[in-house]
Amino acid sequence: MRMKGLLVGAVLASTAVIPAFVSSASAQDTIYVPLFSYRTGPFAGSGIPIANGMSDYLNMLNERDGGINGVKLVVEECETGYNTEKGVACYESTKAKNPVITNPYSTGITLQLIPRASVDKIPVLSMAYGLSASAVGQSFPWVFNPPATYWDGLSMIIKYIADKEGGFAKLKGKTIGYIFFDGGYGREPLPLLEIFAKKYGFETKLYPVPPAEMQNQSGQWLNVRKDKPDWMIMWGWGAMNPTAVKEAARIKFPMDKFVGIWWSGGDDDARPAGDDAKGYLTLNFNGVGSQYPAVQDIIKHLVSKGKSQTQPDKVGENLYNRGIYNSVLIAEAIRNAQKITGKKVVTGEDVRRGLESLTITQARWKELGLEGFGAPITNVNCTDHNGHHAAYMQQWDGKKWVKITDWIAPLKDEVRPLLEAAAADYVAKNAGWPKRTESCDRPS
Amino acid sequence: MFYREAGQFKTTYRADMATFPITQDRIGIAIILMVAFTVIPYFGSNFFLHAIMIPFLIFALAAIGLNILTGYTGLLSLGTGGFMGVGAYACYKLATIFPEVHILIWVVTSGFVSAAVGIVFGLPSLRIKGFYLAVATLASQFFLSWCFIRIPWLVNYNVSNAIEVPRRTLFGVHVTGPEATPHARYFVVLAIVVAMTWLASNLVRGRIGRMWMAVRDMDIAAELMGIKLLNTKLLAFAVSSFYCGVAGAMLVFLYYGSAEATAFSINQSFAILSMVIIGGLGSLLGSFLGAALIFMLPLLLPPFLGSLGLSIQAATAEHLSFMVIGALIVFFLIVEPHGLARLWQIAKQKLRVWPYPY
Repeated sequence: MRMKGLLVGAVLASTAVIPAFVSSASAQDTIYVPLFSYRTGPFAGSGIPIANGMSDYLNMLNERDGGINGVKLVVEECETGYNTEKGVACYESTKAKNPVITNPYSTGITLQLIPRASVDKIPVLSMAYGLSASAVGQSFPWVFNPPATYWDGLSMIIKYIADKEGGFAKLKGKTIGYIFFDGGYGREPLPLLEIFAKKYGFETKLYPVPPAEMQNQSGQWLNVRKDKPDWMIMWGWGAMNPTAVKEAARIKFPMDKFVGIWWSGGDDDARPAGDDAKGYLTLNFNGVGSQYPAVQDIIKHLVSKGKSQTQPDKVGENLYNRGIYNSVLIAEAIRNAQKITGKKVVTGEDVRRGLESLTITQARWKELGLEGFGAPITNVNCTDHNGHHAAYMQQWDGKKWVKITDWIAPLKDEVRPLLEAAAADYVAKNAGWPKRTESCDRPS
Repeated sequence: MFYREAGQFKTTYRADMATFPITQDRIGIAIILMVAFTVIPYFGSNFFLHAIMIPFLIFALAAIGLNILTGYTGLLSLGTGGFMGVGAYACYKLATIFPEVHILIWVVTSGFVSAAVGIVFGLPSLRIKGFYLAVATLASQFFLSWCFIRIPWLVNYNVSNAIEVPRRTLFGVHVTGPEATPHARYFVVLAIVVAMTWLASNLVRGRIGRMWMAVRDMDIAAELMGIKLLNTKLLAFAVSSFYCGVAGAMLVFLYYGSAEATAFSINQSFAILSMVIIGGLGSLLGSFLGAALIFMLPLLLPPFLGSLGLSIQAATAEHLSFMVIGALIVFFLIVEPHGLARLWQIAKQKLRVWPYPY
């Protein structure tokens, strides 16, 4: 009996204690920004620089400016390990502290959170990842994926390839290989690839890489050697990227015909292959390097004072700056929400409005101390939650990434109708999908 | 003094065969159920219900499934994740093909699909045992994972290769989909888990359970006593997969909300297996204790350290919980190979003779 009593007592105690754990961090005069990150597991190679960049920029705003318009940000990381299950647990545990925004940093987790965002009134910012169709603001009022979707990315790559081949007409008869992470992320561009293949008359070869086999791609690359595609496109993440670059180098695939999406362009993705990786191309939408004043501020206020987890020589790497870009979007959305509502301490609903009318002009980038860091964000509105902004192509020179093209605009006219069809399909498949009731601050 | 059956006379066969023959046990279980059905939903926050209790109950059910196979019948299986996936995907297909049938019917029915698949992969168990059977079930895990990734029909040709849970109601209350409150989900999960645990407890102490245990302890002797090995082993696979399948369906429909194939990977199988080993092989209580320990520890460790005033990085907490769980597994394997359930049994025995131990 006594043991039972203890057991019951323990259950009661745990129910009483756990809520106390959870609600301890939310104060009235701060804005809570949870960052889902992964510094452990097979995706840590990509996850660590992103997580560092994201938290460093927001913490730098706290240190330098005392937050945003005087309101301190409470930045908290939650470790997901790129695991959907843990991501959902992170979402649930952060939800209780009234977050103004969610950054899942995984397409798998994003897919889970899309239906919940409208119910819990917390906007989801899936920056250039997640569900491409969520760019359609009428169907997904709570989900944002600027600056460009995967489909935009694919269209830019095809455009680049066509450019190098001498026009879209020259694509006919060519073979383009597509090596991808065999999960939600890598499969996302497949429908568009099929459509492009039909339209421009090139052949596609698919090389799926199962998540469990990311570090063993010899089979796929053996097939690449056999098939001899003219170009290779990669949608990789985590340990898959350096492995693919190394394997491509091993079979002597011409590196300047091997193009990755923006998530395949970490410094540590290309570096392990050494000189053989020279010429490897990836898309990018953020500037590389630590020469930007805002990045210098991070070094001054955080890194040199030991307040950051970042190693000093890693500041300014591509994925680190990608994390900064993500945090700039968060910070600007919060600032915009403050402007629209006139409130200092904004809520998730306000930040949704802030995101929906988010604008970062060239001048604003300069004000932020990030001149030329990203293409101006001008096209996000109530119907278009993505904006289909431009990206550029960068090339690995053996030591660092070098920008080799100007901003490439996506084939928006081709992508947009497909996105709308995909969004309609998503809504149709999810019977009872809520109709948009949110008002619009900036008509499109 | 308090926990003693002295003076409780059984005067009927019925009383002798009761699930809980000792009055104190009955009171105890009644209190636990009452707490689970009233106190926890009343006092628990949404986070506690949704992120802790619901997955804990679901994983406990999966652990019961594996325990029936591994603990009671002695057949080691590494295919639990795959069988859970079969349940989840079957439930998704059935629910989207026949949307008019109630979702909870499909959650339970999907267990039968999983059971059928379990029987097929259980066939080799007649010939091979131990590690070899483990490898055969490992093959089933990989085969099923492959199916989930490669067969687009299973996900209704979803571009993202994920299954998404439709909105469904029970008595007008959302139980699946994003509008479902943690409370509604919790009650559904709890009801299913309690019912199926009750069923399992009757199964394992009856004729079938005794057959399983006879096969586990010595299959040749069992065969000589007239137990048909094939039927018994396949039944164990079927029942085990049924439980795992229902757990998998609940995992997606009542917890995740949508899932990719990676949710049912080999890691899931290992997690459930370690729950069974830590909790105690051949014990239903052990399944719950094991699930509680393995699942809740990583969640409760960071806030616990936080409340001690140690603030640590999220990643460090993750590393720490890996280490603690690893150490615990080693500790239990050395000190108490029968798991937490055995510890509870020892405690009960001690209580019986307290305060005059002999």
